[in-house]
Amino acid sequence: MRNRERSKMHWRILIGAFAFILLAAAAPALPAWIVSLATIAFANALVVLGLVILWRTGLVPFGQALFYAAGAYTVALLTRYTGIRDVLLLIAPAAVLSGLIAFLTGLLLARYREIFFAMLSLAMSMILYGVLVKTETLGSTDGFNVEAPTYFSYAPHGSGRTLALFWLVLAFSALAAVVVSLYFRSVAGALAVPVRDSEIRLEFLGISVNRLIHLKLVIAGTLAGIGGALAALSIEHVDPNMSYWTTSGGFVFVTILAGAGSVAAAFVGSFLFELVRSIAYDIMPGTWQMVLGAALLITILFLPEGLGSLFARLRRQSKPETIRARSAA
Amino acid sequence: MILAVRDLEKTFGSLVAARNINVAVPALQIVGIIGANGAGKTTFVNMITGHLRPSRGSILFEGRDITGRPSREITRLGISRSFQVAQIFPSLTVFENICAATAIARRSGGILKAALTALHSASIIAEAESAVELFGIGRYRHERAATLPQGVRKLLDIAMAVAGTPRVLLLDEPTSGIAVEEKFGLMDVVMAALRERRVTVMFVEHDMEIVERYAERVFAFYDGTVIADGPPRETLENPRIQELISGPKLKVSAPGAGHA
Repeated sequence: MRNRERSKMHWRILIGAFAFILLAAAAPALPAWIVSLATIAFANALVVLGLVILWRTGLVPFGQALFYAAGAYTVALLTRYTGIRDVLLLIAPAAVLSGLIAFLTGLLLARYREIFFAMLSLAMSMILYGVLVKTETLGSTDGFNVEAPTYFSYAPHGSGRTLALFWLVLAFSALAAVVVSLYFRSVAGALAVPVRDSEIRLEFLGISVNRLIHLKLVIAGTLAGIGGALAALSIEHVDPNMSYWTTSGGFVFVTILAGAGSVAAAFVGSFLFELVRSIAYDIMPGTWQMVLGAALLITILFLPEGLGSLFARLRRQSKPETIRARSAA
Repeated sequence: MILAVRDLEKTFGSLVAARNINVAVPALQIVGIIGANGAGKTTFVNMITGHLRPSRGSILFEGRDITGRPSREITRLGISRSFQVAQIFPSLTVFENICAATAIARRSGGILKAALTALHSASIIAEAESAVELFGIGRYRHERAATLPQGVRKLLDIAMAVAGTPRVLLLDEPTSGIAVEEKFGLMDVVMAALRERRVTVMFVEHDMEIVERYAERVFAFYDGTVIADGPPRETLENPRIQELISGPKLKVSAPGAGHA
């Protein structure tokens, strides 16, 4: 059993590394709009990855935009009020701050479940929205622009800027994918479905469910903060809509589309979402939401466990004999 | 005495759920707990395992006062429990259930450490393997727990409770919901496993045949307190116990009563 697990893991690492190198190498040859689209999609995928962590425990936050906006505004404010331009020096404070906010809000949120959890997280994000809208120094309803960053004191120009940012987002995506995959194999990470199944059993085995959920909230919040920071650099603008509940809803939408089954699905799902959205917006500017709604409906009807379950289904079809051997064992 | 309870009392408003309980259990004893519904058996179990905070009195485990501590702390000290309705993880397979239980029981340090320790380490898997063998549920290893027959669910629940090698185990109605003809088979497996793991056992039970066969000592609960405490045969033949709890027709069971 362990060997099978290990070889499965090796395959995933290989496929992931291959996809990473392919994307990084192909980027200069691809049209700029696809690169920009992938940049924002992968930045948002980090938020989705955090939602997947919570989703597995049965928690659906409708306020994840709180941490997304916190990360984005941290970067924007740093470029506006300080001389800091280096990407890592911009993103690190964004990650720390959103993680800290997640820790503090988590003190309360970790005690709630189901709809109460969803509504409380939504309420918290709307508090930030209210603050951002009303505060003149934070740009009020218009928000403000984000200045172009430098990469270890190298400042790219023109199309180089798009590419550099894409590579940066890709690097963060790869890092997050590896870290979250490892986390899912850890004791705390594997105890997601058990939280959904029986909290009583977990408590009587000697682990605090609330602390477990608190940890998941901090990880998800930090990921959302990094996602928001990268999104701010990509859009080169921040505004209060980044903390609005429809933004949170968008992340939940992509999470349903991707499913909680796989880490890779978060990235594929996020990319498809952005792609469908921009194509739909191009074709029917007035009614593009209908296309997205239909896409979600079709996903729920035919792939109730998301795109991730499609990968699993393909794997199963490609080698049915191993599955039979497994169930016979 | 591995467990000593003094003047234990639990009240909910004006309702007295448990009162004046004074018992002491030596290590490795097997105690049956009997009593009608509402007599205070489960309240007693819940207080010892930290699910309920006693209103009065104290609970000493290995000489240490554990009164009112949270259940997960008491579990980590060495008192574990199973449930009347099996508390397992239905979405996981049997083996994954045991692995999860073992990993939680074996972990040290806080939540952060739990995020940095791999679940399926070699030692966890080896320990889970031996637990699956010990409880004879190997043939269900890869089945999802949701699809298990009732008896196997109960065994899995108990196997998970034993994962942390507790010194005291409380079983809340281990044979409830099990077909009559399967009860003895299940108890044989459980008791053999617990004896091998050298666990002191207290089990709540309504079936007097089971009590007589597996318990070395019986606590009879009535109206929130222990009205009789003694060897099973003697206690169950007591006319007052028959009148209040077990009913008059005591069937003297198969040979080997008292030893499983």
